[in-house]
Amino acid sequence: MTSSCRRPEHSAPPEVYYNEAEAKKYSQNSRMIEIQTQMSERAVELLNLPEGQPCFLLDVGCGSGLSGDYLSEEGHYWVGVDISTAMLDVALDREVEGDLLVGDMGEGMPFRAGTFDGCVSISALQWLCNADKRSHSPPKRLYTFFSTLYSSLSRGARAVFQLYPENSEQLELITTQAMRAGFGGGMVVDYPNSSKAKKFFLCLFAGVTGALPKGLGAETSDRAVSNQVQYSGQRCRFKNMKGKSVKKGRDWVFEKKERRRRQGREVRADTKYTARQRKPHF
Amino acid sequence: MKLLTHNMLTSHVKGVTKGYPLLIKATEVKVNEVDFNAQFVSRMIPKLEWSALVQAAEELGHRQDLPAELVPEYENNEEFLKKVHRVLLEVEVIEGSLQCPESGREFPISRGIPNMLLSEDEV
Repeated sequence: MTSSCRRPEHSAPPEVYYNEAEAKKYSQNSRMIEIQTQMSERAVELLNLPEGQPCFLLDVGCGSGLSGDYLSEEGHYWVGVDISTAMLDVALDREVEGDLLVGDMGEGMPFRAGTFDGCVSISALQWLCNADKRSHSPPKRLYTFFSTLYSSLSRGARAVFQLYPENSEQLELITTQAMRAGFGGGMVVDYPNSSKAKKFFLCLFAGVTGALPKGLGAETSDRAVSNQVQYSGQRCRFKNMKGKSVKKGRDWVFEKKERRRRQGREVRADTKYTARQRKPHF
Repeated sequence: MKLLTHNMLTSHVKGVTKGYPLLIKATEVKVNEVDFNAQFVSRMIPKLEWSALVQAAEELGHRQDLPAELVPEYENNEEFLKKVHRVLLEVEVIEGSLQCPESGREFPISRGIPNMLLSEDEV
């Protein structure tokens, strides 16, 4: 388990891990801010909200409100839920536009049925897979979360969770509980072939089943990246060998003999028989 | 906490079936200017529990001739929408608490953030 020390959810419960020092990073570290904003952008894209309509959204694990900032930018109204008061204090200092609540995902979402037009969550869901107290049971907590979320969403709304799954069992646990709670949908993986840019989005539909959106970078042919060479599936053999003759040809043999002569080796004289193909034996 | 959020919040203490509407016990209330968006307000009105909103506004002393019944054809009534906007998005509870009408459990509000965390035996 070499990777375990790098996963924050293994070190402490979220309300302890996200203390003042950790929360400070989210308001000062520009790289962290950039990544969070990028992921929220993609999550909102996956939400597929009606265009030009201000929506009422839920941000689960809103933290310092970086994802919420993007939602406000897009003209939506939002309510953020987080368990870490230190992170919410940072959100208050940043004067985010949404309303904030202290709450635990695993205790369920305390909202009336049909409240929200959508739900986003950036890097929060994996925290639910850990039991931090004796009374915690991850499958039960996941189910409570998903079932209360399902009822608080309006019909046809989507919920998009960006998460860092630890392994396939964890992913299965999450998706099974989501399906049990009535959600449709599944995983969308962006850039599945890259270890760094790879991002997992759990895309859930409440009520209506729709086609799952495609992950970015999964298709190779029709989505060309401008600064990358396209893979054509064709080998280039001797076309691009500039200034050199085709291997095994007559010119190539002459060139080779000349080169060896220059090296001072013993080379037979060039004759009319040099590099001539032998006649067949039968 | 805005009254829009209050209108959507329910108590989720174990054993509580409805837990709505939460009683507001406010010690500090602030009015923040928010840009008016007629489209959003008229979209949210059908989702609201109107009586709960009027009651909450009354408790905070910010009702200001908000009708007890929802007026018909509110979509084009900008004056009415502005009143609703003010109550929904501008009036904020900064300090105080929310009380569950069924179990009597209180959720404290500090710096405008309600704390909805439950203890182990309430889950």
